[in-house]
Order: sequence, then structure tokens, then C-alpha cells
Amino acid sequence: MPGKLKVKIVAGRHLPVMDRASDLTDAFVEVKFGNTTFKTDVYLKSLNPQWNSEWFKFEVDDEDLQDEPLQITVLDHDTYSANDAIGKVYIDIDPLLYSEAATVISGWFPIYDTIHGIRGEINVVVKVDLFNDLNRFRQSSCGVKFFCTTSIPKCYRAVIIHGFVEELVVNEDPEYQWIDRIRTPRASNEARQRLISLMSGELQRKIGLKVLEMRGNAVVGYLQCFDLEGESGLVVRAIGTACTLDKLSSPAALLPACNSPSREMKEIPFNEDPNPNTHSSGPSTPLKNQTYSFSPSKSYSRQSSSSDTDLSLTPKTGMGSGSAGKEGGPFKALLRQQTQSALEQRGGSPHRFCRRREFPFFTLTAFPPGFLVHVGGVVSARSVKLLDRIHNPAFVGIMGNTRSYKLLDWNSFNSDEPETRDAWWAEIRQEIKSHAKALGCHAVVGYSESTSICEEVCILSASGTAAVLNPRFLQDGTVEGCLEPRLEENLPAGCGFCHIPYDELNMPFPAHLTYCNNCRKQKVPDVLFTTIDLPVDATVIGKGCLIQARLCRLKKKAQAEANATAISNLLPFMEYEVHTQLMNKLKLKAMNALFGLRIQITVGENMLMGLASATGVYLAALPTPGGIQIAGKTPNDGSYEQHISHMQKKINDTIAKNKELYEINPPEISEEIIGSPIPEPRQRSRLLRSQSESSDEVTELDLSHGKKDAFVLEIDDTDAMEDVHSLLTDVPPPSGFYSCNTEIMPGINNWTSEIQMFTSVRVIRLSSLNLTNQALNKNFNDLCENLLKSLYFKLRSMIPCCLCHVNFTVSLPEDELIQVTVTAVAITFDKNQALQTTKTHAEKLLQRASTDNEELLQFPLELCSDSLPSHPFPPAKEHLESASSNSGIPAAQRAVTVEKASPMGEGNFRNRSAPPCANSTVGVVKMTPLSFIPGAKITKYLGIINMFFIRETTSLREEGGVSGFLHAFIAEVFAMVRAHVAALGGNAVVSYIMKQCVFMENPNKNQAQCLINVSGDAVVFVRESELEVVSAQQPAANCQPSCPGGEVTT
Amino acid sequence: MTSELDIFVGNTTLIDEDVYRLWLDGYSVSDAVVLRVCSGILEQTGATAAVLQSDTMDHYRTFHMLERLLHAPPKMLHQLIFQIPPSRQALLIESYYAFDEAFVREVLGKKLFKGTKKDLDDISTKTGITLKSCRRHLDNFKRVFKVVEEMRGSLVDNIQQHFLLSDRLARDYAAIVFFANNRFETGKKKLHYLSFGDFAFCAELMIQNWTLRAIDSQVDDMDMDLDKEFLQDLKELKVLVADKDLLDLHKSLVCTALRGKLGVFSEMEANFKNLSRGLVNVAAKLTHNKDVRDLFVDLVEKFVEPCRSDHWPLNEY
Repeated sequence: MPGKLKVKIVAGRHLPVMDRASDLTDAFVEVKFGNTTFKTDVYLKSLNPQWNSEWFKFEVDDEDLQDEPLQITVLDHDTYSANDAIGKVYIDIDPLLYSEAATVISGWFPIYDTIHGIRGEINVVVKVDLFNDLNRFRQSSCGVKFFCTTSIPKCYRAVIIHGFVEELVVNEDPEYQWIDRIRTPRASNEARQRLISLMSGELQRKIGLKVLEMRGNAVVGYLQCFDLEGESGLVVRAIGTACTLDKLSSPAALLPACNSPSREMKEIPFNEDPNPNTHSSGPSTPLKNQTYSFSPSKSYSRQSSSSDTDLSLTPKTGMGSGSAGKEGGPFKALLRQQTQSALEQRGGSPHRFCRRREFPFFTLTAFPPGFLVHVGGVVSARSVKLLDRIHNPAFVGIMGNTRSYKLLDWNSFNSDEPETRDAWWAEIRQEIKSHAKALGCHAVVGYSESTSICEEVCILSASGTAAVLNPRFLQDGTVEGCLEPRLEENLPAGCGFCHIPYDELNMPFPAHLTYCNNCRKQKVPDVLFTTIDLPVDATVIGKGCLIQARLCRLKKKAQAEANATAISNLLPFMEYEVHTQLMNKLKLKAMNALFGLRIQITVGENMLMGLASATGVYLAALPTPGGIQIAGKTPNDGSYEQHISHMQKKINDTIAKNKELYEINPPEISEEIIGSPIPEPRQRSRLLRSQSESSDEVTELDLSHGKKDAFVLEIDDTDAMEDVHSLLTDVPPPSGFYSCNTEIMPGINNWTSEIQMFTSVRVIRLSSLNLTNQALNKNFNDLCENLLKSLYFKLRSMIPCCLCHVNFTVSLPEDELIQVTVTAVAITFDKNQALQTTKTHAEKLLQRASTDNEELLQFPLELCSDSLPSHPFPPAKEHLESASSNSGIPAAQRAVTVEKASPMGEGNFRNRSAPPCANSTVGVVKMTPLSFIPGAKITKYLGIINMFFIRETTSLREEGGVSGFLHAFIAEVFAMVRAHVAALGGNAVVSYIMKQCVFMENPNKNQAQCLINVSGDAVVFVRESELEVVSAQQPAANCQPSCPGGEVTT
Repeated sequence: MTSELDIFVGNTTLIDEDVYRLWLDGYSVSDAVVLRVCSGILEQTGATAAVLQSDTMDHYRTFHMLERLLHAPPKMLHQLIFQIPPSRQALLIESYYAFDEAFVREVLGKKLFKGTKKDLDDISTKTGITLKSCRRHLDNFKRVFKVVEEMRGSLVDNIQQHFLLSDRLARDYAAIVFFANNRFETGKKKLHYLSFGDFAFCAELMIQNWTLRAIDSQVDDMDMDLDKEFLQDLKELKVLVADKDLLDLHKSLVCTALRGKLGVFSEMEANFKNLSRGLVNVAAKLTHNKDVRDLFVDLVEKFVEPCRSDHWPLNEY
């Protein structure tokens, strides 16, 4: 019985009028946790009731504390009939269970009803007393911290990065239970919300247990998703990376005692720098003292939306060779024979295969310096599964790039068994692992998983970047022998990660290797695709840009197996085309590497959609990309020739223009003839589009040509023509705008603090008449381009600015509907500084480090000392800090609470006059998909925000149609996220992600329904400009022991 | 390909002031798009008409959602749905309650709740303000009137507190409410030359001097109604006209007070008796509601017109 949950209902405001006669409401509140319910008194006749209730106390197991949400229902008392529900608030109390996160949840929460939306607000105070003798504490998974952020969170230091954790839970979907026929939509929605909330809690607890088993204390890059499988159930699954984190400057962080390396670490630091400020006070430990242990553990699936990383290395050579095949040639390009053979050896029993340390996967996309040694390239796998349990299930698995078809017999599987889903994912992960192995890599970073479901067909996808990690950081010998490749002790900064990890003589695929332009010692591929963020130390020339490949393919409507087979057959073609498009667009931008690659394949009733987004950059280490050469099929026709040469000219112009736009001016390198984007025709390799005859020629060229490679686009039919056209129709963003889908824009580093996060949704209806592949492609392309144009227009007041972390999600809700959802953040930057494009590498590193903060393990102090004012430290500080850590409140938090007056103050006095010492941003909660806030320091992580909402309406027209309905709903979701963060005492959400936005409409019935799932990390940040002030205040502040409970007054 | 749904939601609510203006002015989305195109925004930004259309729709939708909050500005401050910086909120509210003087002039002193559609149509045609905008104006007046009608304390303060308006705008609303409450006739042709500003000035003076609170601030006072006792007292001013001595005394006092301050002093002095009689007669009648309503008409007839006929350069009321 280790916990007592205490809840106090303070007041309500802006309640809706429930009694028409009096225009007032007789409101009371039910507080429910688990099976216990308390009620407040009825507050008669008021829209702003003041309940000021006693403390309701729930005595509960910590298991329940983790699983159950606190459920607060506001009702209107009715003497004669049933009480009417006004709305509910679900509060996840998880953040109160870690010692370092929030200590109290207190503030105004919007009262939410699934039919009416937000109906007023309620002020609630929640506290948890954990009776935690330490032993007990460690036995439960309470206290394991979760972070959505896909890098080591700022103000923490990774002691050990353990590896992959995953879990999934399955349940029946309440929407499909028999009872749903007789209950109201509201009851059904609430049952669903509650169930998902419960399942999320359970999932998190289970993952927590695994982390404890691995002796970690945190999960980083945690991504939880749910699959609405309809009749066959509801799956909630999560993946993440288990770590042992140490809070910078709070040495007494509760680490599992058994963790000896971390203990050692703990003892080192504090004499060096007694800085009370969390950011700058990282223990500056010499590198050698660090012990990283890397123990891949069992794997589960993480599905990704924006923050996931797909790494794909699809060297252009792979593509080139692809043209060699005849029928099916295209996807042979993507085939890696070694991988395939590896796969085959593994055969059919991938599941339950030594669970622990099975998958050396990392969901992180940014790493401590030195962690990442080499990057092989993107590995991905997809598999088509049938969810239907009535049909005899025959599974056609397409394993991504490797084109391995497998017919597995799944006799007697029960879709309600998590085992089945486990097995599916295990199989895919196995695939990924062997791909990575084929690339000479022992690990996969930037790993993510996702699904696309349509009726009973489900595509499971996983992708990541094969990589070699620094063995110095890997403690135990889990790295199964793949490590032999070069492990230079002194990797040249900025290019090491580009060097090929695989054996040159025994390459997994034909690749064009050249010597690294930077160090001239190691070989590098000519093109690098990855799913991770650009490493901090990478040398980039010019700026980056968002590159998207978009593709649609019609498919016949079919049932069950036939459908699955059809999809399986289409997938390889789609992958191939997507890669071709990406490659072409990359060349057109005169760039040579993609970061943050994410390929989404969406399945619909009658079509498949592919959307790949990535950020293109010019890596100085990689060779200059060749141009694109267009070749006509019939060289005799004069006018045709003319047309071709005209096109060619246009392409060359575009490349030149792009070079200028993105400021790509690589230094001339003597041994290579750079300059003309199009090298001599003789030396070209070709990329042929489904042109079988020329395959011989290709191989020939492949052999003969040297380091040079230009792409040849052969225009042999209208199809190809279209493609070339579409290449040229991609309009660059208007001047002053940049965009990327990674955390930061390569080449821009002087962010100002103005940020604007937004979500934009568009749905188009295709006219069924013109459903050809071309028309479809064009529609889709226009949709995305117009959407981007609209964004640029809307945000024009922020110029110069960059759209970061642009995350597109495509779904096909109905036959002729395409829905595209974009979430991104616009950040302004300082133009004047931006003009100095040639920042030195060191400067850049420093800049990034200071913005990004000191997550960088052992370096924080050195990096920051330049950019931070030096603070005077009160002599009492060490004493205070130890005191605070005893009580479980890190010093940093105190500073913060003082600075903000009190968490309550924030909630209560939103928008009123700010407390005297508070900054100007009080009351404002920032949201960003990035892991940092420009111009600010994150001082504290308050816990994970993971919320699921359903909204339904039966009066669609009255609510402004579909647009009005969804607009209001998304605004409400933002509001609820902000309110929860504010109640935790935070002022921002980082790594925010809208994982799901499922929208269904039935205009004939005037109905619509939408489900949204969002998550992120609630944090407290302090503006850099205010740090000085804060530090000045700190001495005084710290002398007054602040009792967190005392702040909560009404 | 038709767009079914097209939305943009920012964490900080994006507000385009130009579009807000157009919305307040009552233009439909398509009209607003045309006007925006005319403003040359397409050339400036290189956007297409479709982008502009979608942008305008989006803003209109946002404003529509905000409108509910604008009806009760304090709610706007505490609501959680739209994250809008305080300065922006103030601007939204201020612009929403700002009014066109031409419109106010039409309805000033009229019974606000009577405003039929036809009346508004007429006003709309007359003033060139769109019907939608007229309706917003009228609704604003009604709303403010209804909220402060029964309230005690300073009218201006009440309005400011409940509608978070700037001082100036709150004073204007106070004048409107005051006029509406007392139903002063302002629509007569003779009064047409007076602007809203003139009336607002009068209203302010009257609120300061003629209402209950002006007499005794201890009373649980209301700024809205004229002080009955004061009006009774005015009746007794008749002696100023009836009694010759008092008339002279009054004259000399007034003349002393105004000497040197008035350019037309000599004319005033000459006409004092007439003017004074006019004023006193108007004042004496004020105990009757009907006469209160006609206050301004009477004043103009009995006081201002004689003055004007003597070519006084300014109105000294």
C-alpha cells in the first residue's frame, strides 16, 4: 500500500448554463480513482462555483497509481431527474511519481466533454504521498522517468545507455463491443478514452519494469502509439531506449543502487563547480571516466511520427544497379543479397528468440559526441498482415528493401493475443537487424516503427539507420563480432560518421566509394541517407532544405488475402520510386545527404500512398553530387531533341539556382573535377526507369565510370516526362523561409526566441473520374505543395524564419479522400548573423551546444562557460543542495518555483498581472516538436504528457462544418495540453508530437468524429537573458526553504 | 480535386489585423479575398489566390470562434482555448467594440432593443456600413447596456471593468448608454449638425453633474439616471426669470464669471435676458420625461438658435 493520493477540488469557472430556467448551474464534482469515488457538495446556482472541498484521500497500490488516471467529473445536480454530466478531466498522475519531477499538480483544467468540447474550467490540486522505503520503491516501476525527447534530455547526463525496450498491450475496442449498440456516443467515447488511458498507464508501467530489470532509471525517446484495428481490437504499443541518467548538479538522484558505474559517476563531480544552475553546472568529468554500457535488450516496436528517424542509406549505386533487372528490376535495386541470405538462414521462428539483448536498437536520433562512429545507411522493413481472424490467415510479408516474400502459416492465431503482435514485430525487427548486419553495422539508431491499417489489412513498418557505435561506450561484449571495422582512436571531427562501416571488398551492394573529402583517409559513399538528426560535429556546407518524395498508386479493391497480396506486390515498386524521387530531388538541390528520412506508406481502399520527407544537406566529407542528365529515347527526332535540351537546360539552371539559394559553395578539390554539374557523358552512370533494354549498358557504365556520376533520366514515355516535370515544379520556399524536418536547420544557428508551433490539416476529395496514377500523383503533389505554400503565407510575419521538424502524415480515411496533417514549428532567426554563412566548425559546435544545452554528457561546462555569464555562487549552496536532494526536490526546482512565484500562481493568475519577479512569459505555455527551446535553458523535466481525446458531433453543420469542427477540436487539444503543463508548474512542452489524428465524417448524417493522440515532455525553461537575474535572486531564494505544499493555497 | 477541410491551428493564435478589420467591417469571405487581392498582397508575397482564400477562411473561422469570448471580454482573459498575448487580446477587444460614429449618430438615444432588421437596413444604406457590421455595433451597445444597466457605481468604471475597454472607448460607451437610458431625442433635423463627439461631451458633463452621484457620492448611486431632486430644484429656477432682481443678479454674476473668456461677451450681455429665459424654461420643464427626451431639441431651439442667429462663433453650452 505504498501511496496516498490526495485531491482537492477548489473551484470552477465559466461553466455552461445547465438550467435554462435560471440560466445557472447547480454543479458538483465526482472524483474517481480506481473504484473509489468521492463527491463534493452541490454548489447551487452559479456558473463560477467555489467548492473548496476537503482533501479527498485515496489509498492505493503503486501499480494502480501508474495505471489509472484520476477521473474528475463535473455534473449538474438535478433533484427530479438524473444528474447531467457537464464534462470530465482526466489527470495522469504519473509525473508525481518520480522524485525529481513535479511535486504537485495544481491549476485550472478545461472541463472536456466528448460531444460539446470544452465547457468551462475547474481548479484542482493533486498530490501523492509515496511511502517509499527505498527498497519498496525500486521494486515497482514508479520512479522510472520517461522522455519523448529522442536525445539525452538537457540537464541530464547519460551514464549508461542500455538499449531497446518495447511492450504492447491489446484489448477489445469499446467502440466495437456489443454494448456499444445500446449506449450513448458519449458513454462509448468515454469508455474508449478511459481504456486507452488505462492501457497507456499499464504499458508505461510494464516498460518501466523492464527498464528496472536492465538497471536503468529512465526511458528516452519513448514513443507510444495505438493501432485502431477495428473489430480485432485496440493495440497500444511503445518503444524507447532505456538509459541510466544522472541529473546534472543533483548528485543524489535516486539511481538504482545496484548500478555501480553510475555510482562512480555520482561521486566525481561536485567539488569542481558548485553552480546551482542546472544547465551550466554539469559535472565536468574527464572523458575517460565515463563508462557507457550498452546492452541491447529486448525489442519492441516503437511507432513513430515526426520524431522518429528512419535512416536509410540507399546509395545511389543501389539504384543504379536496380535498373539491371528485367521485370521486377526496380526493386532488385533495393535488394541486398547478404541481408536476404541472412534472413533466410533465420527462417521462420523469429519470435521469442532470446529476448534479452536481442535487438541493439536505439530510438535516439541525436547522440553524445563520440557515440556514433560510422553510419551505414537506412535500413527498413515492411510487412503486410491480415487482421482478420475469420479468414484463414496467410501472411505475405514483404520485407522492405529486401524483397523477401514469405508465406507464413499462422494457424490459430488469436488477434487478442499480444503474442501475435509481438511475433509480428519481432519478425520485422529481426529483419532490420540483419539488414544492419549486412551493412557491417552492429546497431540501429534513429529506430522507429509504424503501422497503416485499412480494414483488415495492416502494413507494419520499421526503419532506422544502421550504425557502428563507439566500443569505448559499449561496455559488455554484446556486439556480436561486427565490430572489426576500423576503429580509429582519433576520428577526424566532422567526417568520421560518414565513413563506410562495411568492408570495401565485400560490399553489401555496389556503391561508389571515394576518399573522404575531409580527411582523405577513409572511404565514403557518394550519397548518405539516414534517419537521424545531423550530428552536431558534422561539417556541412551551405544550408539544408526539406525534400519530399510523393507517390500514389492505385490498387484494385479486394478482400483479405487478395488485397494483402496486391499490396505486397505494389510495395517494392513504391519503395523504389520513392527512393528514385528522393535521389533526383537531392541531386537537383546539389546536395549529397539526407537526414531525418521518414518514409510513410499509407494503405487505403483503392490506393497506396507513399510520402518520404527528409532534410537534404551538403556534407563536406562526401563527394560533390553529379548533375542530372536527360536522355531521350529517340534521338533522331529533331524537335524532340530540342525539347530534351530545353529540359536539360532547365534542370541545370535549377541546380545552379539551388546552389545559390542554399549557399552551397564547396571548396574546389584538386583531384576531382568539380565545377560543371554535369560531367562528361562518358562517365555517367545511369538511372533508368523501367527500361529493360539498356540494362547491359548500365552495368558497363557502372564499371567504367570513375568517381563521377550524374544521373541520367531517360524520358521514354509520358510517365517519365511527368516525373521530370514534377521535379521542376517543386517551388522553393519564398525568400526568407527555410524548412527542414530535423531538429535544427543545418547552416542556421542564430535562432531568436520567437517560436510558433502549429498543426495544419487538409482533406481533399478526389473526383472519381480521373483516377489514374498520374492524376492521383498530381493531386497529391499539389495538395502537399499548396499546403506548404499556405504555411509560408500564414507565417510570413515571422520572416526570416525556418520551419523545423516539419512532419507530414498522410491518411486515407475514405475511398476518395486524402488527409494530410502537418505539424511543425516556425522559428525566427537573426538575419544579420545568418548572413555570415561561413561559421567555422568550432563556432557552430559551440553555438549548437549552448542552445541545445548541456545534454552532451561530459562537456557541458567547457561548452557553456563562454556563452553564460558567470554566476556568483552563494557559499550556502552546497549545503542547500544536499538538503533539497534529501527532500527529493532538486535545487534547480526551487530556483524555478521562486522565479515563477508558484505553480499555482501560474495557473491562477494566467494573464493577470504577472508576479513581480516572474518573466514576461508567465501564463504562456510554449509547445514545440523540438527537444529544445531557442534562447532558453530547460531547467527541469516535469514528466511525460500523453493524452488521448475523442470528439464527436451530431451537429456538424452548426459547428461550422468539418473545418470548424476540427479547428475547434485541435485548439481544444492544445489548450488541454497547455493546461496540464501549467498545472505541473511547467511553461513549455518539448518534443511535442501529434501521433494520431483520425478524422471521420458523415456529412449526410451531420456527424463527425475525431481521435487525437498527442505526447511530449513538460518542462520548465528559463530564458537565457533572464538567467542572470535568476542567478542573482537565487542566493536569497535558496535561503528560504520553500515547502512545495505551502505554495498551494487558494 | 476539391478541398473538404483546410485548417491551421497555431499554439499561439495567429491573428492578421487586416483580415480582422475586414471581418469586423462585415465583409464576406469572398469579398474579403477580393479586397485583399486589391491590396496587392499577392504581389508582395508571391502567394496565389487559392492560398489567400484558404488563409482568409481560416482567419474568419478563428474570429468566429473568438466572437463568443469577445462578448464577455473578461472571459477572454481567463479562457484557455486560445493562447493570445495580452497586448493582442486588448487589441482584439478594442477593435471589436470600436464603432463607426456615423452609425452611433443614427441610433443615439433610440431604444436599443427596438432595432428591427428594417431599421438596420436603412441605416446600413444611409451610412454605407455593412449590415453585418451594423448588427455587431448594435449588439455591442445592447450588450454593454444590459450589463451595466442595473449596476451601481461609476458608469465608465463599470464599462471598463466588464468590457476591458480603453478609457476613451469606455467614456463613449457611457455616453451611449446614458443617452439610450434617458432616451434623449437626437434624430431631429435640427440636431443633425451635432456630431457624436458633441453629444458625448454633453453626456459626460451631465453624468458628472446631473446624476444622483453628482449630488451625493455616499448614496448607492447610479450614473444612469438624472437626479430627480436636482430636476425639481431646476424648476425653482423660474424665479430667475420671474423676479427682476434675481435676473439682474444672475446676469451680473454670469457676466463676471464669463468676462474675458468669451469673445462675444457684449452680444451675450445684450441678449442675456432672452437666453436666460430660454434656458430656464427648458430647465424647469425637465421634471417631465417627455421634456427630458427633448432636452437637446429644446436647447437648440431656445438657446443655440438665437445665438447662432446672432453669429456667435461657438457653442457655449
